[in-house]
Amino acid sequence: MPKFESLDHLREYRRQLLARRDPQQLQVLVCAGPGCLPMGSEEVAAAFKEELQAKGLEGKVLLKESGCQGLCARAVRVILRPREICYQQVTPEDVPEIVEATLMNGQVVDRLIYEAPLTGSKIAHKSEIPFYRGQQPIVLRKLDVIDPESLDDYLAMGGYRGLRKILTEMTPEAVIDAVERSGLRGRGGGGFPTGRKWRVCHEAEGEVKFIICNGDEGDPGAFMDRAVMEGDPHAVIEGMLIGAYAIGARKGYIYVRHEYPLAVKRLQLAIGQARQFGLLGSNIMRSGFGFDLKIARGAGAFVCGEETALIHSIEGFIGEPSPRPPYPAQAGLWGLPTVINNVETWANVPEIINLGPEWFAAIGTENSKGTKVFSLVGAVNQTGLVEVPMGTTLRQIIFELGGGIRQDHEFKAVQTGGPSGGCIPKEFLDLPVDYDSLQSVGSIMGSGGMIVMDHTSCMVDVARYFLSFLFEESCGKCTPCREGLRQMLFLLDEIIHGRGEEAHLALMEELCAAMADASLCGLGQSAANPVLSTLKYFRQEYETHIRDKKCPALVCRPLLKYSIDPETCTGCLACVRECPVGAITGLKKQPQELDQELCIKCGLCFESCQFEAVKVE
Amino acid sequence: MVWKITDETFETITEEVILSIDGISLRAPQGQSLLMAARHHGFDIPTLCHHSDLPSEGNCRLCLVEIGEHPRTRLVNSCTYPVEAGLLVQTASEKVLQGRRMVLELLLARCPKAKIVQDLAAQMGIYESRFKTDDPEELCILCGLCVRACREVVGVSAISMAHRTPGKLVATPFLEAAEACIGCGSCAFICPTGVIPYTEKDGVRTIWGRDFPLQPCNVCGNFIAPTAQLEHWAKITGDPVEHYFVCKDCR
Ligand SMILES: Cc1cc2nc3c(=O)[nH]c(=O)nc-3n(C[C@H](O)[C@H](O)[C@H](O)COP(=O)(O)O)c2cc1C
Ligand code: SF4
Repeated sequence: MPKFESLDHLREYRRQLLARRDPQQLQVLVCAGPGCLPMGSEEVAAAFKEELQAKGLEGKVLLKESGCQGLCARAVRVILRPREICYQQVTPEDVPEIVEATLMNGQVVDRLIYEAPLTGSKIAHKSEIPFYRGQQPIVLRKLDVIDPESLDDYLAMGGYRGLRKILTEMTPEAVIDAVERSGLRGRGGGGFPTGRKWRVCHEAEGEVKFIICNGDEGDPGAFMDRAVMEGDPHAVIEGMLIGAYAIGARKGYIYVRHEYPLAVKRLQLAIGQARQFGLLGSNIMRSGFGFDLKIARGAGAFVCGEETALIHSIEGFIGEPSPRPPYPAQAGLWGLPTVINNVETWANVPEIINLGPEWFAAIGTENSKGTKVFSLVGAVNQTGLVEVPMGTTLRQIIFELGGGIRQDHEFKAVQTGGPSGGCIPKEFLDLPVDYDSLQSVGSIMGSGGMIVMDHTSCMVDVARYFLSFLFEESCGKCTPCREGLRQMLFLLDEIIHGRGEEAHLALMEELCAAMADASLCGLGQSAANPVLSTLKYFRQEYETHIRDKKCPALVCRPLLKYSIDPETCTGCLACVRECPVGAITGLKKQPQELDQELCIKCGLCFESCQFEAVKVE
Repeated sequence: MVWKITDETFETITEEVILSIDGISLRAPQGQSLLMAARHHGFDIPTLCHHSDLPSEGNCRLCLVEIGEHPRTRLVNSCTYPVEAGLLVQTASEKVLQGRRMVLELLLARCPKAKIVQDLAAQMGIYESRFKTDDPEELCILCGLCVRACREVVGVSAISMAHRTPGKLVATPFLEAAEACIGCGSCAFICPTGVIPYTEKDGVRTIWGRDFPLQPCNVCGNFIAPTAQLEHWAKITGDPVEHYFVCKDCR
């Protein structure tokens, strides 16, 4: 493998690489993304290896482990190229059949292909599966095509073309200009215009500047950034190279949370390859531009994702936010001008340079350009990672891509933006999703979490869940966030335990407003969203908890009341055996009685009753 | 611009600019903190975690001011926000007062017996908090002055903030007797609520779980300071330690 000695050398290498590659090459890509890996990707891949050998196909069929293939609910996923046949829920036992039927005889294995949740119709080809059809992947485009550990695969997909382009024909100012014109906004939560941030840093005084990739991704359940770092690490590196050239940085850091060992491994490998090929280091491809990258491993706290806290953490201090200004672009890492962007932001950059800012700006809405990756989870039929143009409606995402609500339940709310996002009710299902529209309904884009809820979710409990996460994760530096969260959680607990008062609601609203205004960092400023939005759209639910001491969704344990219907009870005693406190008594074959005083509302009797004689309200 | 928030009011190294505070146009050195600039011109902004000898951290959030032009205004802490040309600042807008009241009400719930919190709250008409008190004896408002004094002035970092919100406290490493402590007591002196326990008895000062023998003056015999502290000074200055074993009055 060569070291690229010049910009032309890179182009020539790519040309030869593509000439060598057969577009009709049979390929098996086993998903080894965050959803599939724990479900047995390795075993499936091993089974393919063995079976291909057994059938003498090793030379003919290329086997790869790919990044996330998106539809995580149906793990383990396998895609066969070039026909783009998608198999789902594949086990090692299915492998011989796939090899025999599809690879050797060109037939589709019906039982392993996608089945539409509503109609039951079966679809084999990726482009026809509704989950994928509604998407427009930019950042996720290469994830189910390349082997994340192969630089050649990345180069074959046009990788480092953006780098070559800026080094041959663009000044740093022109790069900043292009990113500004593209309309790209930060994907890490705030949505700050990326080009403008770069310009501030570019214009800041000082010889030494830094760039940082924020791969902390602390939102519970989110895995967008992880999927990109694991599945397409070179895209992040190339984006950072372009950013470094634009602002004049020679050194960068990728901050990855320590729970992401595979992301660290893949990035490290990619950095090693880039160095070996002369894509990182001094005087890159004899262009005079030099840049190198290091990985910094996060300590794990959610608040470390906040940019100033992250910078302190890299510097070796406690990861606590500090007041801005100075903004990192003015005085960041070690007090020097620093651009910090999110993983997904960086991964968009090479494509913007490649295809041009106009191409990018044509996607999305007026003030939010391009696409956004969401991790769609919760009560939908098809959970997974989706990338849609800004402005796609919630309805499209949830019902077309997500395949509707699980078990045909009714949609109740969708929570966007991670723990400090808001809950959006069904009135807004047709809301085109972008930074501003989400904000206008009391939520945020955040980093792209999307949790769908049906009638089994209690909104008071949901608010409490997020608040308790934020309470645990708040750094406790500033009063409104630290003490405010403590009190808010206490008030929510009172309501959930049937001790709530109507006056609590007004007090909570007042507290929310003060936390939003007076907190030091984004955590405290947005921490009230889960409470405010549920109070706004689901106030009645709070009132029912307070006035009637009832939880309509039957979630808040302390408010539940279990009873036994004497008409239906057969006296089988199944519940008596389950009850851990002996609250149920009665004779065999006679209706049982439940002592409300003793009952701890664990619900075991309810679950054990085969005759639906145990009632809950 | 070089980023340096400065408390110096008179000897300014930077250029003076004009800004507006509560509708009045004023001159202040660019880069000075809004708090200092406002106080210099007689505006009253309460603070708890600010000390002119220590770097500001913006922890207590009492010094909030509203900046910007309606409707795009926001609250910032004046102790760290720098003076900028043309900045519009309000020190007592409705939003500021609401935020400040809430901060005081929250602190009052946390530390109902802390005199300084009671006084500041009373100034804003708050005599009782609507929030719950976990520990009625709690006195630490987590302003961090002690930690900063120990780190920035004394230079030993014997104590620090430990844990996040639920169990945050000022503590020695591993909650053991503070090894780096020199017994100077700066933390206890600077503490606005007097919560840091500290005793002096029979020529021994006890603080942060350690006993520090006090050094008597070689001349008059009165106790000067903990021997460890005098040794620390000697180490920093390079002077012979005996030099510090004579008290100020006898020198
Ligand atoms: C509490 C908190 C947590 C955050 N966590 C992350 C994170 O995990 N990843 C991220 O990219 N940005 C996170 N951010 C946003 C960063 O502070 C920062 O705005 C972002 O990295 C800038 O990159 P962007 O402009 O590309 O979005 C967080 C912010 C806050 C307040
Ligand atoms: S808002 Fe919360 S997380 Fe942010 S600095 Fe204040 S206490 Fe820490």
